[in-house]
Amino acid sequence: MTQVQSDGPLLSVKSLHHYFGPLAACRNVSFELRRGEILGIVGESGSGKTTLLRCLSGQLAPTSGEVLFASRRHGLTDIFALSEQDRRRISREEWGYVHQNPRDGLRMRVSGGANVAEPMMMNGTRHYGQMRALSLDWFARVELDTARIDNKPRTFSGGMQQRLQIARNLIHGPSLVFMDEPTGGLDVSVQARLLDLMRALVRDMGLAAIIVTHDIGVARLLADRLLVMKSGDVVEHGLTDQVLDDPQHGYTQLLVSSVLQI
Amino acid sequence: MHQNDQPAIRITGLGKSFTLHNQGAAVVPVFADVSLEVRSGECVVLAGASGMGKSTLLRSIYANYLPCAGSVEISHDSQFVDITRAPPHLVLDVRRRTMGYVSQFLRVIPRIPTLALVMEPLLENGVDAAEARERAETILTKLNLPSTLWQLPPATFSGGEQQRVNIARVMVREYPVLLLDEPTASLDAANRGTVVALMNEARARGTAMVGIFHDEIVREQVATRLFDVARHRAAA
Ligand SMILES: Nc1ncnc2c1ncn2[C@@H]1O[C@H](COP(=O)(O)OP(=O)(O)OP(=O)(O)O)[C@@H](O)[C@H]1O
Ligand SMILES: Nc1ncnc2c1ncn2[C@@H]1O[C@H](COP(=O)(O)OP(=O)(O)OP(=O)(O)O)[C@@H](O)[C@H]1O
Ligand SMILES: [Mg+2]
Ligand SMILES: [Mg+2]
Repeated sequence: MTQVQSDGPLLSVKSLHHYFGPLAACRNVSFELRRGEILGIVGESGSGKTTLLRCLSGQLAPTSGEVLFASRRHGLTDIFALSEQDRRRISREEWGYVHQNPRDGLRMRVSGGANVAEPMMMNGTRHYGQMRALSLDWFARVELDTARIDNKPRTFSGGMQQRLQIARNLIHGPSLVFMDEPTGGLDVSVQARLLDLMRALVRDMGLAAIIVTHDIGVARLLADRLLVMKSGDVVEHGLTDQVLDDPQHGYTQLLVSSVLQI
Repeated sequence: MHQNDQPAIRITGLGKSFTLHNQGAAVVPVFADVSLEVRSGECVVLAGASGMGKSTLLRSIYANYLPCAGSVEISHDSQFVDITRAPPHLVLDVRRRTMGYVSQFLRVIPRIPTLALVMEPLLENGVDAAEARERAETILTKLNLPSTLWQLPPATFSGGEQQRVNIARVMVREYPVLLLDEPTASLDAANRGTVVALMNEARARGTAMVGIFHDEIVREQVATRLFDVARHRAAA
């Protein structure tokens, strides 16, 4: 295993571009992320947030630019210079990806407990008792009723499904988690609990996270830093409270002024 | 350890204006060429009429606002960090361990109980849960917040109760640098007295403070020096 410097960047993105035909979905994106940091990506619909997240998480090869990740196995490497197999392995072992719609991130045909245990199984755990114990532990950590562990996800509410998805994406101890609108379709009060839960988990596990959201309130409470996107460009990037309280770019000023202050 | 004569805060040639891009790029100048040093054990009170830029200066020290010129250096681990240019992770580290800020209003995740909110800054600094709880309870008791409220989120609290939660969240730690924007504005006389006592205890421990206090009595009880922001008013 290659030793990774713990104070260096976990993720380093250099001049990333992605084009769909003539359309520039992401243009010249560069930033670094460290362990324990939460980066928020905000911007209007169609500004390229999901496209960027898919490039960063190895699902979509950028048209140009680099995505360097400090992997436990390979050290700091451009993930797109690795083989498909190595990239999949990093994704399985070292990342989590929480989808906006829990149905895209869960297996609806197997039980809640199996959904949570599966990532461990894919990473080589075979011991049933061990898996069961860890699944129960994670049910409790995301505040799901452990009595429901054998129920199918479709019998869970939207907020419960989202917590299940979060457990499934954290159980294997990733160092980086991607989240696309994780509190999207949820009731405001459920959102608040979930936000607090995610903050505590990130703090306790020392994770880094990249969270796409259109909700400025969510960004303010969850993210350390913000990247503001407009038509594929990053128009502003800085400390969350600075970007929201003293926005420098006209688009960010518009975005912030159109939101009710909390 | 740094020498006693090294300031905790060193502001040099600081200037701030706002450019309102959606209002014809109008420029609102606030202050220019502010230089100020604050040492351990000092409490500098910012003076000046409403709208002169007191809060803007305080927020610029905390890196909440981005100045247009000059620097704000904070003594952090015995080294100066220019907060106006430091990378985000370093600014956050300075805020986590060196510099606390009591804002005028409480802003927190909704639906989290008060006690948990006050424990949070300690947990973030690696204090274990039992100790964090004890310290949170101590500060809430000192601030006379009834224990019946501790398990409730502060959303429904009175203005004065919310402000005391806000103060507790910062004062539960012993930051070497403390910034306060009207922390006593919505408090009654008794609670104001408690907060003044807490501030003076912090100063006696060597905390460097910069504050805004409209209340004359409070100002006289805590200030070691006044700094008139209006004298640095930038021309329009
Ligand atoms: N597979 C694709 N093929 C062609 N165009 C695409 C594809 N995926 C996205 N786009 C286009 O790229 C642009 C950016 O899309 P993206 O999904 O990244 O936006 P977004 O910022 O996530 O928006 P939203 O907030 O609505 O989810 C859009 O114009 C979209 O239509
Ligand atoms: N985020 C902002 N965007 C634009 N202008 C701002 C912003 N914050 C402050 N200002 C402007 O800067 C000037 C100084 O405001 P500031 O809040 O610093 O005054 P103050 O001295 O604290 O006043 P008060 O005693 O009323 O609190 C005002 O003209 C204000 O409108
Ligand atoms: Mg999207
Ligand atoms: Mg003010």
